[in-house]
Amino acid sequence: MSDIVDWTRATAAQMAAALQAGEITSVELTQAHLDRIAAVDTDVHAFLHVDTDGALATAREVDAARAAGESLPPLAGVPIAIKDILVTEGLPTTAGSRILEGWVPPYDATVTRKIREARMPILGKTNMDEFAMGSSTEHSGYGPTRNPWDLDRIPGGSGGGSAASLAAWEAPLAIGSDTGGSIRQPASVTGTVGVKPTYGGVSRYGAIALASSLDQLGPCARTVEDAAYLHEVMGGHDPMDATSLNEPVPSCVEAARQGREQDLTGVRIGVIKELSGEGYQAGVEQRFEESLEKLKTLGATVVEVSCPSFTYALAAYYLILPSEASSNLAKFDSVRFGMRVEKATIEKTMGATRAEGFGDEVKRRIILGTYALSAGYYDAYYGSAQKVRTLIQRDFAAAFEQADVLVSPTTPTTPFKLGERIDDPLAMYLNDVATIPANLAGIPGMSLPSGTAPEDGLPTGFQILAPAHEDARMYRIGAALEKALAEEWGGPLASQAPELEVAE
Amino acid sequence: MSTMTYEQAMEQFDPVFGIEVHVELNTATKMFCGCANEFGAEPNTQVCPVCLGLPGSMPVTNQKAVESAIRLGLSLGCQIRESSRFARKNYFYPDLAKDYQISQYDEPTCFEGSLDVVLDDGTVVTVGIERAHMEEDAGKNTHVGGTGGIQGASHSLVDYNRGGVPLVEIVTKPITGAGARTAEVARAYVATIRDIVKALGISDGRMEQGSVRADVNLSLRPKAAAGEDQDAVPFGKRSETKNVNSLRAIERAIHHEAARQAELLLAGQPVIQETRHWHEDTGSTTPGRSKEEAEDYRYFPEPDLLPVEPSREWVEELRGTLPEHPAKMRARLKEQWGFSDTDMRDAVNADALDLIAASVEAGAKPQAARKWWMGELARTANDRDVPLRDLPVTPEHVAELQSLVDAGTINDKLARQALEGVLAGEGSPREVVESRGLEVVSDDSALEAAVDEALAAQPDVLAKIQDGKIQAAGAIVGAVMKATRGQADAGRVREIILQRAGVEG
Repeated sequence: MSDIVDWTRATAAQMAAALQAGEITSVELTQAHLDRIAAVDTDVHAFLHVDTDGALATAREVDAARAAGESLPPLAGVPIAIKDILVTEGLPTTAGSRILEGWVPPYDATVTRKIREARMPILGKTNMDEFAMGSSTEHSGYGPTRNPWDLDRIPGGSGGGSAASLAAWEAPLAIGSDTGGSIRQPASVTGTVGVKPTYGGVSRYGAIALASSLDQLGPCARTVEDAAYLHEVMGGHDPMDATSLNEPVPSCVEAARQGREQDLTGVRIGVIKELSGEGYQAGVEQRFEESLEKLKTLGATVVEVSCPSFTYALAAYYLILPSEASSNLAKFDSVRFGMRVEKATIEKTMGATRAEGFGDEVKRRIILGTYALSAGYYDAYYGSAQKVRTLIQRDFAAAFEQADVLVSPTTPTTPFKLGERIDDPLAMYLNDVATIPANLAGIPGMSLPSGTAPEDGLPTGFQILAPAHEDARMYRIGAALEKALAEEWGGPLASQAPELEVAE
Repeated sequence: MSTMTYEQAMEQFDPVFGIEVHVELNTATKMFCGCANEFGAEPNTQVCPVCLGLPGSMPVTNQKAVESAIRLGLSLGCQIRESSRFARKNYFYPDLAKDYQISQYDEPTCFEGSLDVVLDDGTVVTVGIERAHMEEDAGKNTHVGGTGGIQGASHSLVDYNRGGVPLVEIVTKPITGAGARTAEVARAYVATIRDIVKALGISDGRMEQGSVRADVNLSLRPKAAAGEDQDAVPFGKRSETKNVNSLRAIERAIHHEAARQAELLLAGQPVIQETRHWHEDTGSTTPGRSKEEAEDYRYFPEPDLLPVEPSREWVEELRGTLPEHPAKMRARLKEQWGFSDTDMRDAVNADALDLIAASVEAGAKPQAARKWWMGELARTANDRDVPLRDLPVTPEHVAELQSLVDAGTINDKLARQALEGVLAGEGSPREVVESRGLEVVSDDSALEAAVDEALAAQPDVLAKIQDGKIQAAGAIVGAVMKATRGQADAGRVREIILQRAGVEG
């Protein structure tokens, strides 16, 4: 492996192996990523905060521990980027909002703690749509992130910063959060891998809540195997999160290994009829079909399934999410933390702070949610939306009778241009049409690259959905497809991205 | 100011009332986090990311609080829902850390119960219970500057120690038919709840510290004409008087509100449906937020918590742990202790029943225990303006004190001095008797000397005694008691006097 010249281009698994073999130190690896961030992040703007000193301090500790012969966790010394939605003790955390500018949390999220216990240097906090509301990162209070494939295009959202940091070789791994597609959609449009685990599979404690019944943290990586390693670090029961599943972490790494053996004999793949056709870009559908063919050559059978209630998914989602968000975001009231715009009375202070601190998209959703929960409207809106949720769960249950996993394109289109949909919330919301059903049902989903669209040369994504608790299935099938595609491409898709200009 | 009296109001109107009682549970930790649930700590020392509502934090339900709520519900005859949910009650207020309160809304854990309340004269009133649900308490605002209220304050301070303390809110159904006894029923109901939570051991039941708080709803409707059904007359508009925090205040608040509403109605003015605040000092209420402009709380199921789903086996197991109903227990104790109605009522009203019971348990005779707690100690508590149970005297002290009297080591007068010492923190009664040298003088030679001295000083009295006027000996007893600073046994002194005078008692 010593033929690797630029370690930022390696996979996390390769980095971990090289660290264990003593071919490289964590300080060298971490510094290489910090240098890359310094070189390209002015353009990409994946990071809101870079913790050079903290990352290098962790790296030094890991190197010292390794030199002393201590036994270390598998990813010890491999650097990581964390979406700014996760609280990090001692590191600024804003969730992309001005209302939290300068706030330094006094505690760690459970996942942050697990990352620290895994001895992974934290490079910094990645940009996101404010409070994870958006599909383009344009709604960040601190300016948009740009897609490394084309700096004029969106990197997806809300986790555009995490996905872009991977595509720009600024970090080998990142943490994301997925409420309606905020891990999978950015992965799709940046040619990377993103996984939303089963609801409850990863603790939400310390993840700033958008919509509690939909939010789930998950791994972002450039390969399925790397995502599997990170998934196993993040996952597991947490007594601090009442909705956390009390069951062992799925064997994602082992499943990915099995997948690379390229034998999918007997695996039934269900194509969701409703997630194709109108609104889907030709190149996106073409790459999706080609991926299906690849899966067939590996022995899988492909069937078509129907999920008729998906028609209502977007509408239900845009009632449930704003409703829960309107309540979750009430705490940003200036009293205990964050921004305060001082006025004569506390009511006016709260109002003025929220008026100044929140961006337009956040206000839009708070207003929507406040109406949807109001007396007299609750049954028609929130109540009905919850019923749709039940219907969608039934659709999935029926579909999983016919197939082991369900698949679709992750997003209907390749990344659009910055500013193109900023004034058209509905067009923006349609971006998540294929990813939202998994959140409404609580099932796991993965997006991995299926290629680039012939018409624009931009990445397209392939989504795999599995029944709840069966996260490992996605890793097996994803790894199998990834290997088959990489053989055809002559390497990972990310390597096809144009080189970014490097600042001196 | 109202010129109407409660009695006058009751002559003309039929009252309908309901009570919401908030019980603070005495769990070791708060409702949704691991912070200590203790009263009186330094502000903001019992807080964590969860009860401060910091971004990212999440609640976890305290199972002990669920157990307490279910036991309370069972004591109130409630059904226990197989699956109940928490809900968020959304409103902005600085003492509410998350700007929503986790409560229960459409699916309370305990519902449809009833409670028998026994009035002083033995009348039993059955109060319907609508629901008993769990929720978290808010923090506490302190307004600085001005008069202590929010008006005119320069700024406000918030203490979140109380934020997240577990509460059970018990809501009655509308109570009708109590008529002029409404205030009495209301008071007895709250007293019964207080006694139940104490007997269950789920709350210290201390109204003065706010661990049992009541909101009183009251409305008046016209009295039905003779021969007509009162229940056919629709309810009037109600007021909800908040934070009525003593048994006496409950009676007073109902007296005040009934008179106020009656006066309005008789003047042809409407009663406004509103929240009112109780003022202990003036014995009156003032309007708070009116319901018309009240906030919409936008309740919805709390997505951060799983439903509460107690197994039937567990519920039945908890049912087996319930103590006897306070009224039954009182009847039993009254019988066992041989107390009069008045003795019993006074003890209940003074919240001394468990103190007396514990003293009896420690060995005191019931009447003696009652005498100490309701006499000397009740007076001291009153002088010090503290609840009886906050005096530095334990039931064991009382039992020990009485045993010293029964053994003749001290007499009643010395016992009071010993108690003084205990109250002053000088130790147990036995220790105080020793350190203050309070034993009765039982050495006959010392007594004989004192008697001789007294007789010599009053020869005329000696003559009277010898003439057969034995009652005259009292003067000599008094002199001897004075000379021995009360430490002599008066009976023995009398015997010696008669002996010396040569007459037989």
